[in-house]
Amino acid sequence: MLPSAARRIRKSDEVQRDRMLGILSPVVLFILWEMLARLHWIDTRFFPAPSSIAGTFSQLTLSGVLLSNTWTSLQRLFFGIIIGGIPALLLGLLMGLYRPIRAAIDPLIAATYPIPKSAILPLILLIFGLGEPSKIAMVAIGMFYPVVINTTVGVMQIDKIYFDVGRNFGASRRQTFTTIALPGALPFIMTGIKLGVGMGLILIAIAEMIGAQSGLGFMIWNAWQILQVNTMYVGLITIAIIGFILTAILNEIERRLIPARAERT
Amino acid sequence: MTPPKIRFADVEKTFALRDREFTALDHLTFDVATGEFFVIVGPSGCGKTTLLRIAAGLEQPTSGSVHVENTQSGRPENAMVFQGDSIFPWMTVFDNAAYGLRMRGATTAHINDVVGHYLDRTGLRKFANAFPHQLSGGMKQRVSIARAFACDPEVLFMDEPFSALDEQNRTVLQQELLRIWDETKKTVVFITHSVDEAVTLGDRIMVMSTNGGRPKAFIDVPFDRPRSVIELRSSPAYGAVFHEIWGHLRDEVAALDPAGGVL
Repeated sequence: MLPSAARRIRKSDEVQRDRMLGILSPVVLFILWEMLARLHWIDTRFFPAPSSIAGTFSQLTLSGVLLSNTWTSLQRLFFGIIIGGIPALLLGLLMGLYRPIRAAIDPLIAATYPIPKSAILPLILLIFGLGEPSKIAMVAIGMFYPVVINTTVGVMQIDKIYFDVGRNFGASRRQTFTTIALPGALPFIMTGIKLGVGMGLILIAIAEMIGAQSGLGFMIWNAWQILQVNTMYVGLITIAIIGFILTAILNEIERRLIPARAERT
Repeated sequence: MTPPKIRFADVEKTFALRDREFTALDHLTFDVATGEFFVIVGPSGCGKTTLLRIAAGLEQPTSGSVHVENTQSGRPENAMVFQGDSIFPWMTVFDNAAYGLRMRGATTAHINDVVGHYLDRTGLRKFANAFPHQLSGGMKQRVSIARAFACDPEVLFMDEPFSALDEQNRTVLQQELLRIWDETKKTVVFITHSVDEAVTLGDRIMVMSTNGGRPKAFIDVPFDRPRSVIELRSSPAYGAVFHEIWGHLRDEVAALDPAGGVL
């Protein structure tokens, strides 16, 4: 066998093993948890057995409560991502391409970025009221910063020679945007989007806990108020699943959009 | 006699350094004839790349001008083959080669036709859908050459396109370039620091000096076309031209050789 072929097989063995470990570790944790709960070594009022949480999960799914709350949160998340992400992308491209715009906007971003987004919630409620707009605004703010910052850096790190090529071959300003700045910054932009979506998910849960009558955040908060600990866990697990699925989707989009990366991983 | 294709008129470029002014190009005036393969050879830092970038409109001269005679409206005035990696890593070979035509709004049929032709001529047809990271350095420069030829510019500028390649690849690409050039007879300004390359490719060679960015000599290369890169180098006339250019560069290079023994 050729050494390189052997290495490739070993490599795929490693990938297999890593995948197995990734599945195994939560399974082991759940079994352990279940055992400890059944033996009453842990307080089941706070840590109900996974089997009992699963029961509540299916019950809430069948009654439609879980789905309607999930759907509400996802809608808010979606609109927030769009409303925060697209302006951030455009602004980031402009900031990356044009020095004066960068000089004007950069201090504003640097100054407001460190403010904890959850601390802005009262202000957002004041401005947008208790309805949908305040939830969407929170997600949008969470999405905005990572996308604008990463896009700016992404454009700035593009080798100058590519812009020379664009000029030499007569690319218009708009064509420079679409054929050089955007694809050249794409790996950075995707990282920004992933961070932004994660931040959005955190913020939607927080926003829904205060002044909302629906959504997963509300479901968790409400379960705490009426001491339905199982429901609380169902809400938490659902958010975790959403996060996992969104990351998988974004990874797949990234893999398709960025050819050089697909090759390496 | 046909009018000159490119007219460099009193081109000056100076850069402000901290304590003084540096003259990269010192009032250069010369013409390049239509269909001429014009080579500028000189040591690093002699301002040859700056000169080409000014001609291509990528930089402004401090004074003077470069004029390209346009024969046909709608054609791009120039296309450049850049030094080093300049093809977009996010586009396929085909899309890279089609870039100039796309930017000018050519029809899909025309693009497929012309780009297909140049991918054939450069042996890239079967890599049309490959991405640059899958290609060798020589292949990438072929894409760059196909891209420049495909948009059918009035003149072609080449900035040390083969300097990053190994000897064998360079020789092969020189031959390919000559073959494609023979078909189109475009006016070319080609920059190199290699005397070999200059003699192999050029009709006329301008030798530049390090200090002050002035032309030191113009040398006509007497070889017929089409040329065979390998055979050319074994002819006695080749040695004579090579030697003549070295004669002009000797003073320039002596400055780089403190021991003074080599030359």
